[in-house]
Amino acid sequence: MSNWYMLTVVGRDRPGIVSQVTLALYKGGGNLGEASMVRLGGNFSIMLMVHYEGTAELLEKLVSPVGDELHLHIHIDSIKGELHQRLEPDVRISIYGADRAGIVAETTGVLVEAGLNILNLESDVGGSPTNPIYIMEIDGAARNGIDSIKVALDCVAKEKNIKICVTPINMFLG
Amino acid sequence: MAILDILVYPDPRLAQISSPVESFDDELLSFVFNLEETMRAGPPSVGIAAPQAGHFERIIIVDVSSKPKTPNHGKLTLINPKILYKQGSMIGREGCLSVPEYTGNVSRAEKITLQALNSEGRILNYAMEGFEARAVQHEIDHLDGLLFLDRLVSRRSSLFLRKIYK
Repeated sequence: MSNWYMLTVVGRDRPGIVSQVTLALYKGGGNLGEASMVRLGGNFSIMLMVHYEGTAELLEKLVSPVGDELHLHIHIDSIKGELHQRLEPDVRISIYGADRAGIVAETTGVLVEAGLNILNLESDVGGSPTNPIYIMEIDGAARNGIDSIKVALDCVAKEKNIKICVTPINMFLG
Repeated sequence: MAILDILVYPDPRLAQISSPVESFDDELLSFVFNLEETMRAGPPSVGIAAPQAGHFERIIIVDVSSKPKTPNHGKLTLINPKILYKQGSMIGREGCLSVPEYTGNVSRAEKITLQALNSEGRILNYAMEGFEARAVQHEIDHLDGLLFLDRLVSRRSSLFLRKIYK
């Protein structure tokens, strides 16, 4: 049985969420792995790998007092803790345009067809409330090469009137 | 010929500042030879610095010539390298022989002018840009006890040099 869990935490943002959740885990014998923690539209979200010798129920008991105090929704899944098996991105795709429904679905649908494995996606809504702009940054591994990504996105950019920038990630080892 | 052991973080010796090379002798040539052999023997890399091999003199080897369409000066052995001028900045993805299984985004000068000595002690001057300039800056950092981990910028950063494909 894997002793790795994915802890998902969502709640209204306020100071102290990270410190209190992680302190509870630390005091209870949890060891943290990789994590993504970010404020999204006034909410704070945590996706956190936790190594813990006990069951999911016991892990939940560790963090539920903090969840109750800070009004957080907490969800726990048992996972495989596949650390040290990193996939490296070789392309970054930046997309922006006037905000409307469908930008993510349309562009990522084309990207998966072109052989992109998305490794990281972050998006923001900027601009003014009356003229919002959708901005998205994707890091991925292009299985079929970057040229196929460029060709595929070229059509979408024209059709959907969005700006798309494709930048190779020239990683080196030194 | 010898393949040297690579120091791996958190080995505290990686934070040591290396001393200038003062003797340009057979011992130096022998070490440089082994350092290059070590670089070639490991995972594909574009450079290596002497302190990564536990030798704390200011010696680096850089070779980005295997990277297609990349301006470069071929294989460079740079002794006591000094960056005289930096221009611009660019963010690129870096990994390190001394930091296995992790890569991160690092901000570096886009163009540099560099002065160094070769293995015979002769002065060399270079103007470099892009990938090669980044690799040289990465290796010189090792001479000053710095790793790319000391220069990480956020994954969320949007400062990649961009080419717009319309």
